[in-house]
Amino acid sequence: MKNRTLAALAVVLLLAGPTTALADPVSEALEIDGEAIVTEAPAPKEPPGHPFDVVKSGWLYREPDTRAMEADSFENPGMLNVEHGEVVWNTVAGEAGKSCASCHGDAAESMQGVGASYPKWNAKAGKPFDIELQINACRTAQMKAEPYKFDAQDQVDLTAYIKHQSLGIPVKIDLSAGDMMSWWQKGKDRYYLRTGQLNFACASCHEANSGRYLRADHLSQGNSNGFPTYRLKQGNLVSLHNRFRGCVRDTRAEPPKAFSDELMALEVYVAWRGEGLSVETPAVRQ
Amino acid sequence: MNRICKRSVVLVALFAAAPAAAETAPGAVAVDDMAVAQPISEAGGDPVAGRKVFADRGLGNCLACHVNADLKSELFQGTVGPALDGVGDRWEAAQLRAIVVNAKTVFGPETMMPGFYSLDVGVDVAEEFKDKTILSAKDVEDVVAYLTTLKGE
Ligand code: HEC
Ligand code: HEC
Repeated sequence: MKNRTLAALAVVLLLAGPTTALADPVSEALEIDGEAIVTEAPAPKEPPGHPFDVVKSGWLYREPDTRAMEADSFENPGMLNVEHGEVVWNTVAGEAGKSCASCHGDAAESMQGVGASYPKWNAKAGKPFDIELQINACRTAQMKAEPYKFDAQDQVDLTAYIKHQSLGIPVKIDLSAGDMMSWWQKGKDRYYLRTGQLNFACASCHEANSGRYLRADHLSQGNSNGFPTYRLKQGNLVSLHNRFRGCVRDTRAEPPKAFSDELMALEVYVAWRGEGLSVETPAVRQ
Repeated sequence: MNRICKRSVVLVALFAAAPAAAETAPGAVAVDDMAVAQPISEAGGDPVAGRKVFADRGLGNCLACHVNADLKSELFQGTVGPALDGVGDRWEAAQLRAIVVNAKTVFGPETMMPGFYSLDVGVDVAEEFKDKTILSAKDVEDVVAYLTTLKGE
């Protein structure tokens, strides 16, 4: 009893102490399967106006045991999803009798670096595509299969498998293609838009207060380089649009639909904010 | 006529649309020079109830952002806002009321602190929270009464 009280007191004292030092993210090197992971990078210079000098991976803000779990791919529970994603990659589906592998062969070669360059302008659709939308386009046009419903387990695992082929490669998207800049601008507007009864914008949590604690959550810069991410809380991989919707819902707002123009624009802008950070998929977060 | 009665007469006269219940509607709370002088609920403030509202995650959830040593048994206290130890020494009750009602009137539009009794909110409010304040007028008075008890660092 006494110990518990003391422990509780210690936590409060810790939190009440000189909070800046304690709330800072760690500065620690990450290596996964011998691959060096860039977790801190100079912020992109173009277009101008990035709010940070240095962009940081959410990994740096997590507790030591969560960090360790991501650093060891045998411990990372998200790797089971990646393995299942590989099965999906090789499974024939749809009337054309094809799998992803029928067209793209060995993902370790054909998909290397691909995940790091998304979202990407899709001229035919006239909008940016993320990996999930590209998979659905392949399924309908090439495989004559049904598109995945949002967050179908196969969609999430296959996306993670494809992104995992870019492990360690820094995120860099092509904003000069098509109309990407207007989507970037729309995403930026959305990032600073205050939503919900609690009246928070993305920037309220991930810019003005990153590094601080919101209850038990150590607020990161909200970067997307680790998605789909294994969340210990959910015990599953979580897609980026699921996370976006969760964050908006936490402001007590009705979130936009997955793959809506609002969230696609946000994805473009958020990916840019984290340019230079390595793809970490599947990252481990609390 | 006692004080309470007199005040409700004034309220009803000023805000004819408001029901007879002795509460000031969220849009009608007068913030003057970073203070709300009049209680917004005639029921008055109860510091013991206020302490509960403060800690309750579904109500004030104030610990999400603030450390408060008076509630040290509650784990996970946030650091988004300043620690509230001794806050009763730093601010008058009328100022604390303005901060809780709508912190933007005191700290400016950029503050992260939500307006707990304000309909000046963000876009796309979820159905269940539409046209509702985070706290009731009585909750606000209780929290303000509680904050005034936080004295000494
Ligand atoms: C009320 C606070 C709050 C708001 C507002 C908010 N988030 Fe978050 N967000 C969190 C918390 C808490 C986490 C988990 C801890 C962390 O990584 O910051 C998180 C995590 C994330 C992550 C995952 C980061 C990682 O490393 O895994 C992304 C991406 C993200 N948020 C994007 C957004 C976007 C985009 C918006 C606006 C639409 C937004 N957030 C609004 C609190 C918020
Ligand atoms: C999401 C974050 C958040 C929540 C929730 C929150 N606050 Fe705050 N609060 C702040 C911030 C940030 C400040 C500092 C003002 C600023 O810089 O904008 C503040 C300042 C204050 C102050 C002035 C403190 C001082 O020392 O000057 C009081 C009093 C206060 N808050 C009370 C409360 C109460 C009571 C609740 C719950 C009913 C609450 N806050 C909930 C973020 C929050």
